[in-house]
Amino acid sequence: MTDDALVEIEDLHFAYGGKAVLQGINLRARRGQVVAIMGASGGGKTTLLRLICGQLRPTAGRVRVAGQVVNELKRRELYRLRRRMGMLFQFGALFTDMSVFDNVAFQLREHTDLPADMIRDLVLMKLHAVGLRGAAGLMPAQLSGGMARRASLARAIALDPELMMYDEPFTGLDPISLAVAGNLIRRLTDTLGMTSLVVTHDVQESFAICDYVYIMANGVIAAEGTPADIEKSDLPFVRQFVRGEIDGPVPFHMPAPDYADDLGLGQAHV
Amino acid sequence: MFSAIYRGVGGIGRRVREGVWTLGYATRFFVAILLRSGDLLRRPGLVLRELYYVGVLSVIIILVSSLFVGMVLGLQGYETLKIYGSDSALGVLVALSLTRELGPVVAGLLFASRAGTAITAEVGLMKTTEQLSAMEIMAVDPIARVVAPRFWAGVISMPLLAAMFTATGIFGGYLVGVVLIGLDDGTFWSQMQSAVEWHHDVLNGIIKSAVFGVAISVIALFEGFDAQPTAEGVALATTRTVVVSSLAILGLDFVLTAFMFKG
Repeated sequence: MTDDALVEIEDLHFAYGGKAVLQGINLRARRGQVVAIMGASGGGKTTLLRLICGQLRPTAGRVRVAGQVVNELKRRELYRLRRRMGMLFQFGALFTDMSVFDNVAFQLREHTDLPADMIRDLVLMKLHAVGLRGAAGLMPAQLSGGMARRASLARAIALDPELMMYDEPFTGLDPISLAVAGNLIRRLTDTLGMTSLVVTHDVQESFAICDYVYIMANGVIAAEGTPADIEKSDLPFVRQFVRGEIDGPVPFHMPAPDYADDLGLGQAHV
Repeated sequence: MFSAIYRGVGGIGRRVREGVWTLGYATRFFVAILLRSGDLLRRPGLVLRELYYVGVLSVIIILVSSLFVGMVLGLQGYETLKIYGSDSALGVLVALSLTRELGPVVAGLLFASRAGTAITAEVGLMKTTEQLSAMEIMAVDPIARVVAPRFWAGVISMPLLAAMFTATGIFGGYLVGVVLIGLDDGTFWSQMQSAVEWHHDVLNGIIKSAVFGVAISVIALFEGFDAQPTAEGVALATTRTVVVSSLAILGLDFVLTAFMFKG
């Protein structure tokens, strides 16, 4: 079923400053799916998103989006492909010197020659879809964290992208915003016919909305499957991660010299 | 002992290598700005907006400082020229000092600390809050959209600000020399008029200020663009903008002066 895959990643390696971050990732996201990429913080999930949108180049392997190999594209082709992608950043990354309205209108003004009244209608529709039509005139600094993320989502879907990427969309949200965010991701994916990649470490929220889950650990895919498969998994890391256990394959303690030696115990006191 | 020397020499080598690398990166950054400025011809509004932030907002500090610099020049110049009985040349002294040197250099230093730091902090914060990344993913080139307009705004503003500095400075000298001390009004202006040459003095001053404008803008933008994306990184980058631009202005001033006024 390769034909309906929008994103295909084959044996992807990435190293930064001599340190291997990704060591052979294989991943596939089919059109219309919400795919969660999960794993501990600092495990290279955000790096993976940046490789997919071509902001970073892999050391080996291939990223294919809509049939094009991202890491082989020239700058101009890459920019053309990016018009079909959207990304929601962890803290929104709204342009602070523009109102919410202008933020959402940004891509429409940069990439299209649409007349101003049509842009206005489109922006209001996108803002309405995320429930923020009433905030069109506000500046980003006047928004709460959850609202900023929703405004940013409206901006990301302004050109109706085929692929939407979410970088930690659930982090630091109150329970209501959390439910709103999850609901929005699922609803927009279905109604706009997008494919969504959600990078997250929030198990409950993402399991509730996603079709398929990849769990990353130490730069490789440790497990994959539907949320139901993952919940039944016997792999120790997956169990520790899904249940949020303190100790397990991922130790509580960072590697350190022997505790007793560090405290100077067992040495003769002078 | 030897290992300490080894580390010391290694450290120097590493710093030199990093310095060369940064210089190369900054040069490529500069070339990229020039190559991607084409869009601005189609959208001059982007530069106009930055001209306000970079240029217009720097006018007050330039005017006030230059008035004081001119008045001090008037006082000091008068005291010295009086010894040789040539106090009538005060207008010449004030005008030549300002058009050739103080105008471009002091305006450049003020511009670096007022507008340069603002540019670095703004671009650095845009990087820290992922606004530049977001722009890239929206298929909009941040160098063309964010960096190039600020660069050209800086390059256009700097000679204008230097000209304002020089003009207000001369007026400051006039206030002290003629109004306060009571030198002859006509002598002050006519001596100045006959001594200051268009090409040799005024044009060279404009060229200097334009060169400083390019240097300050590139440095400020590069530091912001290259800043570590943290609060501390932006603070460091802002400091570096002032230090590096000030050194660049003074160094370039020496080189330009050597070429322009030798013999």
